[in-house]
Amino acid sequence: MPDPALPQRNWLKANRQRVAPWVFLAPAIVFFVIYVIAPIFQSMWFSFYAWDGLGEKEWVGMANYVELFDDDRFYTSLKNNIIWLVLYLLAVPAGLMVALFLNQNIAGMRFYKSMFFFPFVFSQVVVGLIFTWFYNPSFGIVGKVWEFFGASAPSILGDERFVTYGIIFAGLWPQIAYCMILYLTGLNNVSSDQIEAGRLDGARGFRMLRHVILPQLWPATFLAIVVTVIGALRSFDMIAIMTQGGPYGTSNVLSYFMFEQALSEYGFRMGYGSAIAVILFFIMLIFISYFLWVMYQDEKR
Amino acid sequence: MMTFKTTMTGLCASALMAGAAGAGDLVINFDDPGPAPKAAFEAAVAAFEAANPDVNVTANINDREAHKTAIRNFLSADAPDITAWYPGNRMAPFVDAGLFEDISDLWASDPNLSTSFEAIKPTMSRDGKQWGVPYSYYQWGVYFRADIFADNGIEKPATWDEMLGACDTLKSAGVTPFTIGTKYLWTAAGVFDYLNLRTNGYEVHNALTAGEIAYTDDRIRATFANWNTMLERCSFVDNHATMSWQDALAPFAQGEAGMYVMGNFAVAAMKDAGLTDDQIGFFQFPEITPGLPRAEEAPADALFIPSGAKNKDDARKFLAFIAQPDIQGEWNKEIGQLPPNSKAEINLDDKFIVQGFETVSTASGLAQFYDRDAPAEMAKGGMEGFQEFMLKPERLDAILKRLDKIQERVYK
Repeated sequence: MPDPALPQRNWLKANRQRVAPWVFLAPAIVFFVIYVIAPIFQSMWFSFYAWDGLGEKEWVGMANYVELFDDDRFYTSLKNNIIWLVLYLLAVPAGLMVALFLNQNIAGMRFYKSMFFFPFVFSQVVVGLIFTWFYNPSFGIVGKVWEFFGASAPSILGDERFVTYGIIFAGLWPQIAYCMILYLTGLNNVSSDQIEAGRLDGARGFRMLRHVILPQLWPATFLAIVVTVIGALRSFDMIAIMTQGGPYGTSNVLSYFMFEQALSEYGFRMGYGSAIAVILFFIMLIFISYFLWVMYQDEKR
Repeated sequence: MMTFKTTMTGLCASALMAGAAGAGDLVINFDDPGPAPKAAFEAAVAAFEAANPDVNVTANINDREAHKTAIRNFLSADAPDITAWYPGNRMAPFVDAGLFEDISDLWASDPNLSTSFEAIKPTMSRDGKQWGVPYSYYQWGVYFRADIFADNGIEKPATWDEMLGACDTLKSAGVTPFTIGTKYLWTAAGVFDYLNLRTNGYEVHNALTAGEIAYTDDRIRATFANWNTMLERCSFVDNHATMSWQDALAPFAQGEAGMYVMGNFAVAAMKDAGLTDDQIGFFQFPEITPGLPRAEEAPADALFIPSGAKNKDDARKFLAFIAQPDIQGEWNKEIGQLPPNSKAEINLDDKFIVQGFETVSTASGLAQFYDRDAPAEMAKGGMEGFQEFMLKPERLDAILKRLDKIQERVYK
């Protein structure tokens, strides 16, 4: 009896090499499309509507964007996002310094390393709470230090001049730990031959770091920059915990502004929130495409 | 094999039975898990079950903030038969989206509801229909450290000038006159509301929150001028922008601040912070414009029937039940608040309740609260403006212009 399934099985057999990766990729692709790609386009679509999340959607065209570009709070958030981006990147050199400092063979080094890594293990919420208490002028450590010098402490989280810097400083603590870990693993892979060769050629100290070690750490540096930039752009938890964007919206960033408009107690403007999300997405897209391009160039080499 | 099959059938049957709600099942989503509110609610449920043995009540008690988020999902997806929510503009989105049941019939037919809730009926109404039944409300006013006032020979202030004078005395004694925590913004709205009610009266409050008066209007400017006087002569604690209302109790309890513009729910927290009944006093926010009828803030908590409820008959029965004077009296005695039913008894042993009842029952009008009377987006912008004004009074013009801009968009 001829087997009806035979020709198909033959095709599968012949194309096994080409089919297998797709079979393995399929679940990931399906979920990526449903939970990442589709919502991106959905948000773009929502951003043309006025919608409170309950009733009828009303088509308003570009009105949400027109309003957004006329909204002071949008520019405050954008400005704060840029400050975040620039200052948050300090975590990369700071992480490198800590990693170099910890990359020694001393008894108990593993313990010190894990202590330095600790802040990254904490939830961001916990870090935010700890720093909120630090900054409290009446009972926090900042207040006590100021008092010791006989001055009255500034209210860091209550003053529009300091608030964003105060939150970024708190955010740097875990981020430095993260960069440090990336560099520590990178330092493990630095080849000792090249260091010895460099030493024979008379390089030491800063020149050794600059010309022999750093080039070998490029993959770690690249990764540290990528995670830090993305972390800065989506900074949300710290702001939600420490100030809720206050005082009067001066510590807002785009991601929290979006949440506030779309989902918070006084929000539920889904269309407007989506418009903010779309702008934030395009800003992120610039960085993401640059990173992808760099990675692609690296692969080609 | 046989046993397995039987067990499975049994399981399916019981699952089916649990799934199909019987006619006598009533599901209530309540929003306050605090010990006293929970006990008071559960006592009312037990009394209802005793009176209606055929009804089986299931109560889901959720955290207040979580409830505010969850309600949008459960109203449209899996509605309970009754849910807790707030009246005024806060119920407007759900009423407009058709998610709450119109219970005007109950308000008209129930003799108790139709006669004993006259004062609060307007807040429960939208489009001329009633949408819920209030179970509790509470007064706002100025809470003060009676012992500190006595030590400095300050009398309970009855007028604006007397209050400003009290502030001067407190300041010279090294006590900050007012505490407040504006991190979550709404506390500043309480101060604004009172200044506005006392400067311009109830009609202006309503017209402003209804978007009929601009923020740059001279009357509102007068309110802010009074606020400026208050900021200068009655300073507020430093650092208030980083404190919640609970954080702001600390300076009050430690005697560093003398007064607190607050709702009556704060009394329990003050006592938890170590103050005794004798140390805490209450006075109505003093008169500013002479002869103006006195209106008060008195936000209410209420229960609503979602339009997707499965058992609307028993839900109506429950709402009528908790509107009864004795139930309302017991409930509010337990939580230390006021019963909206005017025939209910109040707790005469609680001096704050006695004064609160006196305050609201003689008021010419009851405001809900700035963030419940104004639409959400206006409320958010307005309260940020109030906070900014408290920190940077010199920016008043810019703030008022910004609020006008928001107002124009929100009420179009």
